[in-house]
Amino acid sequence: MADIADTQNKTAAAEAETPERRQTPRWIITLASVACLLIFWEIFGRDVNPVFGSYPSAIAVAFWELVVTGQLWSALFESLQPFFAGYLLAIVVGIPVGLVIGRFRTAEAALGIYITAGYAMPLVALVPLLILWLGLGFKVKVAVVFLMALFPICINTWLGVTAVPKTLIEVGKSFVAPDFVILRRIVLPATLPYIMAGVRLAVGRAVVAMVIAEFFTTISGLGAVIINSANNFDTATMFVPIIVLMVMAIGLNSLIGFVERKVAPWQAEIAGRDRE
Amino acid sequence: MGEVSFHDVSKRFALRMDGELHHVQALDRVSFKVADGEIVALIGPSGCGKTTALRVAMGLDASTAGRVTVDGREVKGCGHDRGMVFQHAELLPWLNALQNVMFGLEMKGLRGGELRDTAEKYLALVGLSESKNRRPHQLSGGMKQRVGIARALAIDPSVLLMDEPFGALDAQTRESLQAELLDVHARTKKTILFVTHDLDEAVLLADRIVVMKHGRVHDIMEVPLKRPRGDLGIVRGTPEFAETRYKIWRELHDDTTVVH
Repeated sequence: MADIADTQNKTAAAEAETPERRQTPRWIITLASVACLLIFWEIFGRDVNPVFGSYPSAIAVAFWELVVTGQLWSALFESLQPFFAGYLLAIVVGIPVGLVIGRFRTAEAALGIYITAGYAMPLVALVPLLILWLGLGFKVKVAVVFLMALFPICINTWLGVTAVPKTLIEVGKSFVAPDFVILRRIVLPATLPYIMAGVRLAVGRAVVAMVIAEFFTTISGLGAVIINSANNFDTATMFVPIIVLMVMAIGLNSLIGFVERKVAPWQAEIAGRDRE
Repeated sequence: MGEVSFHDVSKRFALRMDGELHHVQALDRVSFKVADGEIVALIGPSGCGKTTALRVAMGLDASTAGRVTVDGREVKGCGHDRGMVFQHAELLPWLNALQNVMFGLEMKGLRGGELRDTAEKYLALVGLSESKNRRPHQLSGGMKQRVGIARALAIDPSVLLMDEPFGALDAQTRESLQAELLDVHARTKKTILFVTHDLDEAVLLADRIVVMKHGRVHDIMEVPLKRPRGDLGIVRGTPEFAETRYKIWRELHDDTTVVH
């Protein structure tokens, strides 16, 4: 029996290796794609009036100026505090709420509608109200980021729980595991891929929320750099924080992917990433 | 100890099909007994209620009338006096073989060294000591089901309940696991109630075979093969095996009311 499994593993490994060697590494393809975009942007961006658009080399120069003056780092530091506070709070609240709603039908019936509705909430319209409640400072920014990031995490966790195979829960039941133990030791690990997908989706929403908060409450951080340079028709500088934020989102995404492979290694092993 | 009794167990399902409510009588006054240390097979065409009967005995489904008792105590929900082996093993994919066996034991309250030692002992019983660190997807189908059996046996239940445990395995693996199950039974003397749709398996393993049809017990048959059964390949060649197999085959096919 052991021999059969070994042979199977070996053939699987051999199959996985052969196409790997012939294929171009993914990062080279990504790098080539980015290079193409930058070249085209550089060529055609130069023909546009610098108020209406910009191009990579001008943005790079603006970036360097912001770095040298220290403006970029202080703005980034200012922005990241409410960003991470709100985002982490959304994870800490969203996952347990999603688990409970997904697992218990009473909780689902009582709270599910608020989560579904909350996802579609026009948050920008509510910012003035939030300012009345929480002021113009740090707290309101955390609240805006939290409210934007919470719902994708919560909904994904909830959907993930409903997708847990019934038989796995019956394994818990047949060994007389209490509800809480089934939730923590069976439902939670089985839901992890969905949770991580929600946590990833929330990164983008949290970045948008952070900029919204900086526009509509006290103008601060990277949002302030965007507004000030836009008001001065300095389009190249305006692009710097936007690109920094997008790069940061990409970085966070791969960090989450790394964490996912650490906490749920079995998932990457089971799920096939074999694609054309 | 490990005596299971079904006393007039009935179960009705309400099923909504095409907007109409249908009532399905999954079990209709099912009564039979499994003696301590006995192996009993539940066999019948699909939809005959054999799996439902097993699930009611496990406590995963409730009966609508009648009761199941294990050693005289009425079954109300799941309990550590019964160990369940699922059709597709149903190991937790994030735990390795040893941790899967430990899971059931932890639920029973074992901790520390006792927990680990017991789990290792039962993995050794099914011959998987060397694969204890493998996660389910690194195990073959037969190895997974062995872990499933070890997990159920480890909690030392009075009764082992098995739902088509070898149904999803290839023929060769199935044969070796059938022989191993008899070996485990000889060593542990556990009462075993198992569901199967495989006539050969029922005759090879069971002391008695409960034939079910349309949610009712159609017949209960003794298997005239003595224990230990020895080489199952040889058992297959005996006239007793052929005769019993044919008798059950006739019973399963002798049904004028069912239109196929």
